[in-house]
Amino acid sequence: MSAPQRMGFFTDTSVCIGCKACEVACKEWNGVPADGLDLLGLSFDNTGQLDANSWRHVAFIEQPVGDHGDMRWLMASDVCKHCTHAACLDVCPTGSLMRTEFDTVIVQADICNGCGYCISACPYGVIDRREGDGRAWKCTLCYDRIGDGLRPACATACPTESIQYGPLDELRERAQARLEALDDPQARLYGHDPADGVGGQGAFFLLLDEPEVYGLPPAPVVTTRDLPQMWKRAGLAALTMAAAVAVSFLGRRK
Amino acid sequence: MSDSYYGRPILKAPAWRHDIPAYLFTGGLAAGSALLAAGADLTGRPRTRRAARLAALGALGASTYFLINDLGRPERFHHMLRVAKPTSPMSVGTWLLTAFGGAAGLAATAEIRPRRWNGPAGRLTDAAGRAAGLGAAALAPGLATYTAVLIADTAVPSWHEARADLPFAFAGSALASGAAVGLIGAPPSEGGPARALAVTGVALEVAATHRIETGLGLLSEPYRTGKAARLLHAARALNLAGAAGALLGRRSRVVSALSGAALLAGSLATRFGIYEAGVASTKDPKYVVEPQRGSA
Repeated sequence: MSAPQRMGFFTDTSVCIGCKACEVACKEWNGVPADGLDLLGLSFDNTGQLDANSWRHVAFIEQPVGDHGDMRWLMASDVCKHCTHAACLDVCPTGSLMRTEFDTVIVQADICNGCGYCISACPYGVIDRREGDGRAWKCTLCYDRIGDGLRPACATACPTESIQYGPLDELRERAQARLEALDDPQARLYGHDPADGVGGQGAFFLLLDEPEVYGLPPAPVVTTRDLPQMWKRAGLAALTMAAAVAVSFLGRRK
Repeated sequence: MSDSYYGRPILKAPAWRHDIPAYLFTGGLAAGSALLAAGADLTGRPRTRRAARLAALGALGASTYFLINDLGRPERFHHMLRVAKPTSPMSVGTWLLTAFGGAAGLAATAEIRPRRWNGPAGRLTDAAGRAAGLGAAALAPGLATYTAVLIADTAVPSWHEARADLPFAFAGSALASGAAVGLIGAPPSEGGPARALAVTGVALEVAATHRIETGLGLLSEPYRTGKAARLLHAARALNLAGAAGALLGRRSRVVSALSGAALLAGSLATRFGIYEAGVASTKDPKYVVEPQRGSA
């Protein structure tokens, strides 16, 4: 049997209607705990961000358009990016974070000891430690569904096909075609490029404004990329230490 | 001013509590002490050796406590030992600390052997202590500097950007705190090397920290504002006072001990200051957006 194809999400925000069915379906299927009622006063967004208890997050942005007091609404369902080069996975010291046969990235809850390193490593601020539980949690791309040929819960629930699930190659082609059909100078793909700082995202987006408007980093990188350089500097500093000790004691034999 | 989503942070602030900057200090103290102990052992400074070996073990114990206490699931600390992962500085550090712990533990045990063992058993214990102490010293520079890689290998903007200088700041800080153990725990007659190390350590620590505070453009700002700036100012004052005291107080046990205390406090403040600056840089999205846009 050959290895399965790389699977992912293409989230086309141009057709998102902000219904939050994805957020609800994700919570229901994955048994993600509630984290209380919190009215943020940020348009219709009362979720705020991706975190241990929100694996889909619908952002609502109200923007003025033109000079006549008109406005437009941007809505976008954010999710774990399932990076090609995933910093969370690289730095995990227990092997709890792993890559699946679908090239997605998941946390094994029975292994995670809550060290928190992945949380500082993620350049998107996705993965998070759950209060009262102590372990790190994030989107699994419904690993327990896709193995059985089902679509992830959020993609299944999405009424407008803003969230599309499938083989990543196919999704990239579909996204390119959609971008051309849309013919909007502000529209752009985000995270689709295998040459970017994380080697391309397994979950990428079509956005209608700059990424930072949606709370996304404009040019994220996997910092483990710089590890060889960092170890070299540390090695140099370590040698400096050893030399300093040797010099301090040299010629001072009692 | 760059765009953002209601000014909300893009990154998660580190989930770590104050155990982690405390460990940065105690890990450096353990490493610095082990180096001082080995030097003292080889040059015939028994009281420095004894103080430094015991300090290394004490600092190691504190480090272990802080590291386990900070876990979300402390009872699973041993899951760190199920893999060895070169891409994870924390995994590298776990193995380094484990090996160092064995060696430093044995060296300290040799130090507390009963005085009446002066036959072959005593000589064997001393030889084992020397071998273990040299082993711990060989691992110590790695132990003192891997933590810089650990925090630099994150998306935390002001840590990652400081990746070239952090290892030198931590190396200097570890040397100065190791020297402090010699200044506090041994008589001034043995203290020449500790005084030299205090000055070298402080010079490294202060110079590297200065580069971090001024050389990173927008990402130096978190080091120069708020709590981080207050801690780093205090650290510099304490370190310079400690180094000056170490040099000038060479005949006085009291001045030497006070200098040692200042150096320890300075090293602690450096670690907390650097830690706080990193945390602050995750909270304002401008520290993520502007450097990535190339406009910082």
